[in-house]
Amino acid sequence: MNALQTTRVAARALTRNKMRSFLTTLGIIIGVAAVIAMVAIGEGAKVQVEQQFASMGSNLLIIMSGTTTSGGAHGGFGSMPTLTWDDLKSIQSDVPSVRYAAPQLRSSAQLITDEQNWSTSVTGTTPDFFQIRNWPVAKGSMFTSSDLEGGTKVVLLGDTVVEKLYGPGYDPVGQLVRIRNVPFQVMGVLAKKGQSANGQDYDDAAFIPATTFQTKIQGGLQKFIPGAILVGAAAADATTRAQSQISGLLRERHHLQRGTDDDFSIRNLAELANAQQEGTKTLTTLLASIAAVSLLVGGIGIMNIMLVSVTERTREIGVRMAVGARRRDILAQFLTEALALSLAGGIIGVVLGVLLAEQLASRFQWPLLVRPEVIFISVGFSALVGIGFGLYPARKASRLDPIDALRFE
Amino acid sequence: MPNRSSSPVPTTVSTTAPSTAPAMVLIQDVTKVYKMGDVEVHALRGVTLSIGAGEFVAVMGSSGSGKSTLMNVLGCLDKPTSGAYWLDSHEISGLSSDQLARIRNRTLGFVFQSFNLLSRTSALENVELPLIYTDVSTADRGRRAEAALQRVGLGDRLHHHPNQMSGGQQQRVAIARALVSEPKVILADEPTGNLDSVTSIEVMALLQALWRSGITIILVTHEPDVAAFASRVIMMKDGRVRSDQRHEPLRADDALKEAKADAKAEAQADAEAHAKAHPEAHADAKPEVTP
Repeated sequence: MNALQTTRVAARALTRNKMRSFLTTLGIIIGVAAVIAMVAIGEGAKVQVEQQFASMGSNLLIIMSGTTTSGGAHGGFGSMPTLTWDDLKSIQSDVPSVRYAAPQLRSSAQLITDEQNWSTSVTGTTPDFFQIRNWPVAKGSMFTSSDLEGGTKVVLLGDTVVEKLYGPGYDPVGQLVRIRNVPFQVMGVLAKKGQSANGQDYDDAAFIPATTFQTKIQGGLQKFIPGAILVGAAAADATTRAQSQISGLLRERHHLQRGTDDDFSIRNLAELANAQQEGTKTLTTLLASIAAVSLLVGGIGIMNIMLVSVTERTREIGVRMAVGARRRDILAQFLTEALALSLAGGIIGVVLGVLLAEQLASRFQWPLLVRPEVIFISVGFSALVGIGFGLYPARKASRLDPIDALRFE
Repeated sequence: MPNRSSSPVPTTVSTTAPSTAPAMVLIQDVTKVYKMGDVEVHALRGVTLSIGAGEFVAVMGSSGSGKSTLMNVLGCLDKPTSGAYWLDSHEISGLSSDQLARIRNRTLGFVFQSFNLLSRTSALENVELPLIYTDVSTADRGRRAEAALQRVGLGDRLHHHPNQMSGGQQQRVAIARALVSEPKVILADEPTGNLDSVTSIEVMALLQALWRSGITIILVTHEPDVAAFASRVIMMKDGRVRSDQRHEPLRADDALKEAKADAKAEAQADAEAHAKAHPEAHADAKPEVTP
């Protein structure tokens, strides 16, 4: 008996009991659909985390100043300025694994135009900052080096600030905005960036040159940076190296003896991102394993029905043997039936799973993530389940004694 | 393999005169012992039998006589505990189950008491069944199955399912299924056991027609009426051959005409009796041949 013939016989047997075949397949359908949807959820979460970290900045390190201790109460990092402008220059020029380094001086201030006002965060920084954060200017232009050197009163506005002060879509380049009663000229508007992971609006911010910040917004010691330094490493795999190189450089520059604590701290966001990725990966694996268990349960359903079918069709098996079916023909027939059930379930499950993933993707605004290998693996796995759980009933059928089978009532 | 030059055919053992035709079926000292728990059941206690090509043999005996076991051994469904079996000059004892399946497929045809047709499957597909275990092409399969059904007089019932047919028709489908692989021997195990007398004779007429076309037929029955259509009757008792006689077989065609005439007369008598009892319904009464 050839494969085509075996398939035809199996198809006939299965279509003879349509409802039962469908219910048997349902276990596999649900299992496969669940695997595909769960993996898509995991992948979607992963991409979302990736996007969040990418919007914070690529290969980002944040260097903060040391802590103060007054009367036994420790201040947080940055409470005592220890980072100097010379440190920043040295990081820029002396650490090979660093591509960009920028100061980040933050304050919050009321921005006032003729008609409107809006309280937002004002950051003093340099053009490197926007490179690190992958944040281009949408309208107008970036600060120039003369702006930085001269402490020009220019400002870059985030999209939300423009919307609040002027209304959506307005081009405010060239207008005047008063920050702490100092008039600033709007130099440009930054591209829309969206929200951070915890819902903070990146676009609700204004940026001015670091030097201007120090002279007009928040005075302080000229030598020290009253804020943090953002560093963009040269490559994704260079962040850890950059971290240790910067650490060594700063300890040397700050004349820290061996054994004393750092008077600064470096946060490696790439590492944080990796940890997050690992977390979502674990989640994906967990979800997929739970779904895989349901596939297994589906397989047991197939085995159960195949056993019932073998018993019901004992006489048929006897007749087939009497007219010349070999044991392996009977084995192939029942195995094909189990395989057909599980494969059909697998294929319907894939369609259902993709639809489900599509629904989820549109609800949570993820990109649709159904990778072809997930489809192949789940269909392959369901076929394996069919063969695995079909084998026992099929062997049982093929080992029947033809005489007993023919006499079976 | 039997040595063909010094034939193993034991001509002297046979209780009847040796047949001039070459032996189609030859068994020698065949025993079969079943274990039923701790008890050993001797179903066959040394049976030696030679059936020539083109014989029509009826095996008779009460239940427990060993006739069914003999049938299973002859049908290559069961292996004897001891003894030798040659079918169409091929030694059967010692073959693997796959080789036995092949012999059942090519050389033998089976007809059962309970028809054993696949339900919800058309007559044509039922008859095709033996051919799907051969390398006959799909087109040839259909053609041969159709020809076999025409041969048993069911050319107009190709696509009927078993539950749409009478018992006699179902048994004829089963005979067509036994025929389709062009076997040398047809084994019929109580083929008329589930049929009424007229239909039984119809089935026997069909088997006789096949026998005349050259197929060896071995029939198990406990009805002497049915055995009368065979050319040789073997009586079994307690796992041994008790008697083995040849006789001129009753012609089933003639018997069928008689039986049909009787049935018709009976039906007419019934109808007349019915008409007398209910004269008002007489206009609607039609003589019917009771099945």
